[in-house]
Amino acid sequence: MKSRKPSIPYIIWMLVFTLIPIVMIGFTAFTDKQGNFTVDNFTKAFYYTDVFIKSLWIALLSTAICLLLAYPLSYMITRMKRSTQNTVIMLFMIPMWMNFLLRIYAWVTLLQNNGPIDTALSFLGIHATYIGNTFAVTLGMIYEYLPFMVLPIYTVMSKIDNGLIEAAQDLGSNNFNVFRKVIAPLSLPGIISGITMVFVPSASTFLVAQYLGGTDDIMIGDVIEKIFWTDQNTGSAISLIMMIFIFVFLILMNLFGDEEAIA
Amino acid sequence: MKKKTGIISKIYMAFIMLFLYAPIVVLIFFSFNDGKTTVWKGFTLRWYTELFRDSEIINALWNTLIIAFLASIFATILGTVAAIGISNFKGKKRLVIQNVSNIPIISPDIVMGVSLMLLFTALGVMLNFEMGFVTVLIAHICFCVPFVVLNVMPRITRMDQSIYDAALDLGCNQWQAFFKVVIYELMPGIISGGLISFTYSLDDFIITYFTRGSKFQNLSIEIYSMTHKRISPKINALSALLFLAIVIIMVLINLRDRHEEKQNAKRT
Repeated sequence: MKSRKPSIPYIIWMLVFTLIPIVMIGFTAFTDKQGNFTVDNFTKAFYYTDVFIKSLWIALLSTAICLLLAYPLSYMITRMKRSTQNTVIMLFMIPMWMNFLLRIYAWVTLLQNNGPIDTALSFLGIHATYIGNTFAVTLGMIYEYLPFMVLPIYTVMSKIDNGLIEAAQDLGSNNFNVFRKVIAPLSLPGIISGITMVFVPSASTFLVAQYLGGTDDIMIGDVIEKIFWTDQNTGSAISLIMMIFIFVFLILMNLFGDEEAIA
Repeated sequence: MKKKTGIISKIYMAFIMLFLYAPIVVLIFFSFNDGKTTVWKGFTLRWYTELFRDSEIINALWNTLIIAFLASIFATILGTVAAIGISNFKGKKRLVIQNVSNIPIISPDIVMGVSLMLLFTALGVMLNFEMGFVTVLIAHICFCVPFVVLNVMPRITRMDQSIYDAALDLGCNQWQAFFKVVIYELMPGIISGGLISFTYSLDDFIITYFTRGSKFQNLSIEIYSMTHKRISPKINALSALLFLAIVIIMVLINLRDRHEEKQNAKRT
């Protein structure tokens, strides 16, 4: 129990399957097909600046809406009876356990032309296309990742000591001030980790945009997937840029919240 | 502190639940539709019988379960042993090891997928093998181990080291002390790490997609090719069955937790 030796297999494992692959991404990004040094891959990667911006925009939008939906929801859940709380949290987990692809496919069914939503709204005289646009992609992202926002915020909120809230009330705070001075600051770590858990996958995922978006709703994950089968060098360069973006984002988030909440 | 739910909360909660479940309900509804589009053509169960006759899907289901089972077992062993070793590092060294260990959790799935694909292709050329079952298994172990380490580590730091010393004093050797005493202290962390690994492995699509080579199929890959090429209500039937399985498992877990809570309440 006091020896460091048991960690050796895992350290070797991490070296081979975590660090070396990342070094290989870096190496492939800076070389051409013959293995000579070049920065051409990054010039090519910049053709996709628009896609980058669009991906970040969709991810930001989805994260913001998830936060707006999840924060009051988490608060409401913590106000319930203990046993009801567990049931509600379970109801939140169930859709999350459905396969990732089936969840998007469900929205394709729901939103498609002549699908249930289209048919229902046509009766009311509303005719529109609900699929193949940025709105549908954002909706899909929110659906995929909303539980990742609710769970950390709820966990942190449910640990807030009731005594603190009562103390604030006794000292003359109204409900708004109790929220602003006690609940909001104490739930911050949950918000930070929620934002991280929604933003990172929604900025980098692929397929959601392919299923729900239109022709101009390609996301950076889709570009990497498409390009990697033919041009690993440019694909690596784009992956490297994306990874740097995400690490900068994580460091910024770390500055706001304490480290443990993110891990 | 009121513990009552206001009317606004109820409406809001109902709205979110509708948002979460409507797509699934619609998906299941059309699994009984005797037609291939979203126009209702009458009730049928033929998509279910076709699903069970589809040997590719059954095979993919087996692959998914086997990979999830093996990956979570390997990851749990590797991660638990590693956590014990890492807990004996102090200060900066420990921080570095833990941060490297967390890389698979924080880096995007797609980056992990393509980076492992680069590694496996290079190794494949050197050692003359093709990507398939084994590479998918290794990739799954990669993203599972960090969760095990994260779940076991707090148990080790909180554990009273003297119980290990006591076991040694009472005549256990190191191994006996570990398997007869320490492992029970760590068990809740080991189990939750293993369960998280299992569910992540079941759900994974992106990393499998890049490390599977050309032949290996699991359920995610099968669903991907089904939704891409031949749209068939068999997918809906599959969703309905998976949903049913998940609900049953979740209800069982919840009932067990409640039972335990009641037992604990009685005891205290």
